[in-house]
Order: sequence, then C-alpha cells, then structure tokens
Amino acid sequence: MIEIAKLQQIASQVRRDIVRQVGAAKSGHPGGSLGCADLFTVLYFHIMEHQPNFSMSGKGEDMFFLSNGHISPVWYSTLARAGYFEVDELSTFRQLNSRLQGHPATHEGLPGIRVASGSLGQGLSVAIGAALAKKMDGDDKHVFTLMGDGELQEGQIWEAAMFAAHNKVDNLIGIVDWNGQQIDGSNDDVLSLGDLVGKWETFGWKVMQMDGHNMSDMISTINLAKEEKGKGVPTVILMKTVMGQGVDYMMGTHAWHGKAPNEEQIATAMNQLEETLGDYKIS
Amino acid sequence: MPKNINDITYTEKKATRDGFGAGFFEAGEKNPNVIALCADLVGSLKIQPFIDKYPERFIQVGIAEANMIGISAGLSLNGKIPYATTFANFATGRVYDQIRQSVAYSHKNVKICASHAGLTLGEDGATHQILEDIGMMKMLPGFTVINPCDYHQTKAAAIAIAQHDGPVYLRFGRPSWPMFMEDQEFVIGKAIHLAEGADVSIIATGHMVWSSVEAAQALAKEGISVDLINMHTIKPLDEEAIIKSVAKTKCVVTAEEHQRNGGLGDSVAQVLSQHHPAPQEYIAVNDSFGESGKPAQLLEKYGLGVSHIIAAAKKAISRK
Repeated sequence: MIEIAKLQQIASQVRRDIVRQVGAAKSGHPGGSLGCADLFTVLYFHIMEHQPNFSMSGKGEDMFFLSNGHISPVWYSTLARAGYFEVDELSTFRQLNSRLQGHPATHEGLPGIRVASGSLGQGLSVAIGAALAKKMDGDDKHVFTLMGDGELQEGQIWEAAMFAAHNKVDNLIGIVDWNGQQIDGSNDDVLSLGDLVGKWETFGWKVMQMDGHNMSDMISTINLAKEEKGKGVPTVILMKTVMGQGVDYMMGTHAWHGKAPNEEQIATAMNQLEETLGDYKIS
Repeated sequence: MPKNINDITYTEKKATRDGFGAGFFEAGEKNPNVIALCADLVGSLKIQPFIDKYPERFIQVGIAEANMIGISAGLSLNGKIPYATTFANFATGRVYDQIRQSVAYSHKNVKICASHAGLTLGEDGATHQILEDIGMMKMLPGFTVINPCDYHQTKAAAIAIAQHDGPVYLRFGRPSWPMFMEDQEFVIGKAIHLAEGADVSIIATGHMVWSSVEAAQALAKEGISVDLINMHTIKPLDEEAIIKSVAKTKCVVTAEEHQRNGGLGDSVAQVLSQHHPAPQEYIAVNDSFGESGKPAQLLEKYGLGVSHIIAAAKKAISRK
C-alpha cells in the first residue's frame, strides 16, 4: 500500500507537469496525457526495468514505445521525473530549439525516445521490430507499446496485429488507451471500434483488461501479462481510462483532446492536483 | 579511369535485381547483423539463397509493407541492419509516411531495397511502374538514394550500403540488361567517369547508363565526343563531377528512368544553376504514367530510347 501511495504522489505531480507544459506552450494535448498519467507512472516507477542513463539499443532493458505520440506531455514528465533529463527542461515544451518537440522525436536527442511518433498507427510495428531483435539476441526483457483507441482505425495496426500473432511475438505487451474519445467526438460517433475484445482475440492475441486509474489493478494485470512470455501469443491490455482524469472540467470529453487551458483554468487544475515532488521552474 | 567510348562493351545480360541478390548474400555473409525482410516477393527480389543459408535472419512480413517499414525501424535499434525488400512502388509511395517518420526523421539505419522500378518493369503496367520514387526519396532529409546501372554495380551497392550508417534507398529493376561495370570502385556518392569527351556531357543513372553508352558510341561515329558520367548515387550528389564535366563541355544531357519532375535531371540542374549555368536536355518521362508493353517498346514510346539520347545531345550542343 505504501508503494501505491508513492506512485499516486508521482502521478499527481506528472498531472501538474502536463497541465503546466500545455498551459505554458498554449498548445498540446492534455486530455489523453492526463488519462495515461497513472499508466506511465506505473510503468516507469514500478514495472519496467530500465536505465535513465539512456541507451538507444535498450539491450537488457524493458523498452517502451509511444505510438499515439500526441500525448507527449505525459511521457516527457515521466521521463524527467524518472531521471532521464532535468525536470526544468519541461519548461521548453513546444518552444523553438527544444528537445521536447510537440510530438516525440529522436532528432534532437531527447533521452528516452527511440523513434518518432505522432503520425498514427506506426508504434506497434516498431515495437514488434524491437521485440524480434530481443529474441534474436537472447534478451529476455519485454517491449511495451501504448496505442490510442482512435488510432486502432489505422490499417497498419492490424497488419502488425496479424504479424505478431503469426510470428509468436510473445515478449510484446500492447496497451490500448480505451477512453472512447477521439478528436471529432466519441469513437462510436466517428468510427465504431465494435467488439474490441473480439477483434484482438480473432487476430490471435491474448486480451486482458484493466482500470487505467486503479494502480493495484494495473500492476497485477501487467504482471500477469508479463507471464505470457514464452507461450507463443502476444498480449494486449485494453485499458479503460477517463480522458482528462484528475482535472474535473477536462474529464470525459473530447473537448480537451488538443486544447490548452488558460491562466484561470490552469489555476483551477493546480488546485485539484497536489504538488508532491516540486514543480519545475518555468524559465 | 575513363575509357575510350568504343572500348565499353558488355559480356552478357542479367537483371540488376540478380545483382542485388548476389550482393545482399555477400553482405549477409560478412555481417551477422544484416537481416532481410520481404513483403511476399522473395523470388522477385532474389534473396532465396540468403534465406536458405540464414533462415533465422529472414522475416517474411506478408503483403503488409507499412508494417515492414516499422519492424525494420525497431530492428535497427540494437544494431541490426535490416534490408526491407519489395517492389519499388510498394517500398516508397505506398509507405512514404512510415519511412518519413519511423526511419528518416528517427535516423534509423534501414536499407530500403526496391526492385521493378521504372518503365522497364514492362507488361505489368503503370500501377507497378513507379517513376516518382527517386524524387520522393531524395526529398527526405538524411536519405541516401542509389540507382545502380547493371548487375555488377547493383551487387557492389548492396554490399556497400551495409557499411554505410544511415537510411538508404537502393533502386533497381526487373529486366535483363547489359553487364559492363565489372571493374569498378563503387563508392557511395562518387560518380564514375565512364568516358572522356569534349562536346557534351551525358549524366545518366540506372538502366539509362547503358543506353547512354550506345548513344555515345553512335555520336562518336559522327565525330561528337561525349563526356559520360555514371551517376549511381543521386543523393548525396557528386557535384564536383558534374561541374568539372560541364565546365569542359558547356552543355549536358541527363538520362533517367523516372519522371522529369524531381529526378536526377532536376538535381543536376540545381547544381548547374548555382555553379555553372549551361544548356540542359532531359531524358525522362514527361509528366505521364507508363503502360503495358515490352521494356524496349516502352523506352522508345516515352522518349527514353537511344535515338532520343542522341537527339538530345545534338540539341544541347546546338544551344551552347
């Protein structure tokens, strides 16, 4: 329980960082970022074996790929809080000459990022490549990738899904941020995902589900998923989240997919999110 | 060393894709990090011998080219050297965004190796005859673009790219074509000066290099001497070789199996307009799709025949 309390404190700070990054940049994607703050915290501070002293190869480490790159603020905050780079650098988000590009990139050499993302549908394929390389090299660590639910409308995801099952890529854990929202509205309004569990199962994947805001559930589910390695089947976890989780006026709506809060709205959010690790300085 | 144009002859004909298969096999033997991926076209890409010898280093992705590019990017992270192979149309235009984001922008050491480029693919027609790939790929920052001219050069290129750190587009073709580049020093980005001449420069790439040899031999009979350059690498472009040749001849013909827009000719024109303006004639497809037919028929119909190169050379000279 102490561990969970500590993770929740980190997640609260990550959420503050998200709102402050997007607020200062006056642009960015707060909704999905807030919704995934608990997952990123659990992955980087509990589940994954990884080195903040970053190596591109990721040999001997668990690796993470963000496919829905627009939720970069949550990744940047988590990486900084985990020690990949100084937290004060978060103040450069989306500014000229920053390593913290609007969407994650390797071009500027930000530690923690291994491939650019933002144009959707590509992360699962890249994660499969990394997972295959681990198998070839006898590296027994895992590869994780996060996808958006709307992103599953991209055809490449299903090319990759078919491939991973056929090739028994069982050191790969895909996670879907299932918040039911995308830019133009709900998934059901825009392009229904239908029976998502059935779709992945039919493609030959082991499907699990978890509550993306219940850290105990997330830890036990992801640990169960890790035990699937060696069984010849890739695993996907459908993670139920609330877009905007933690900031009341952003919750459960697609309105804050890609919109920045104003000064007053930032202040409101700050009142709802406890400062636990110290805010980064805005330069 | 450049030769006398009449001394350039060919021994036999083989496809450039056969050269790729042979070179890739050798690259794979030399370096255990070399990996092959293919989108259901193993036979066409001539990589079966490698697969037979190193089955654990081959990944069959099925008819899913976008996935192949992403997997290649992921494989490259820990030092693997993936060769992603398919037809040129599906290797570029179909997956341009995947290449742009996961490979080019992300600086991944992925080799995109593409057969069946250009008109000489022949009977399959315009859906498969990509004529825009050089332009698309050369526009991507950091990408190296190579279009070798014969079996030997394609083999050499397939070996050389494994030692080059960075993304590469290697473009080759389907038909049997004269083999004449046996003794060559292949260096990425370094043009090969095939023949010394004074009246007109011909700068050619891919299959058009041999066509330009034939054109230059015919022109020699009329007393016109051609400075002939085999420009196997379109990016990075050997600017020095271009400027040096055109400074001497004062006019140029560029020849390529590609759209006029965005191809080798435009790259040469950029260099000349900045450093040495000179009359230039283009041998290239002029804003058109191809169609079904035999390679020689298609080259003739679309203005890429030997007679067209001869006429273009004379026109360039007349514009001096």
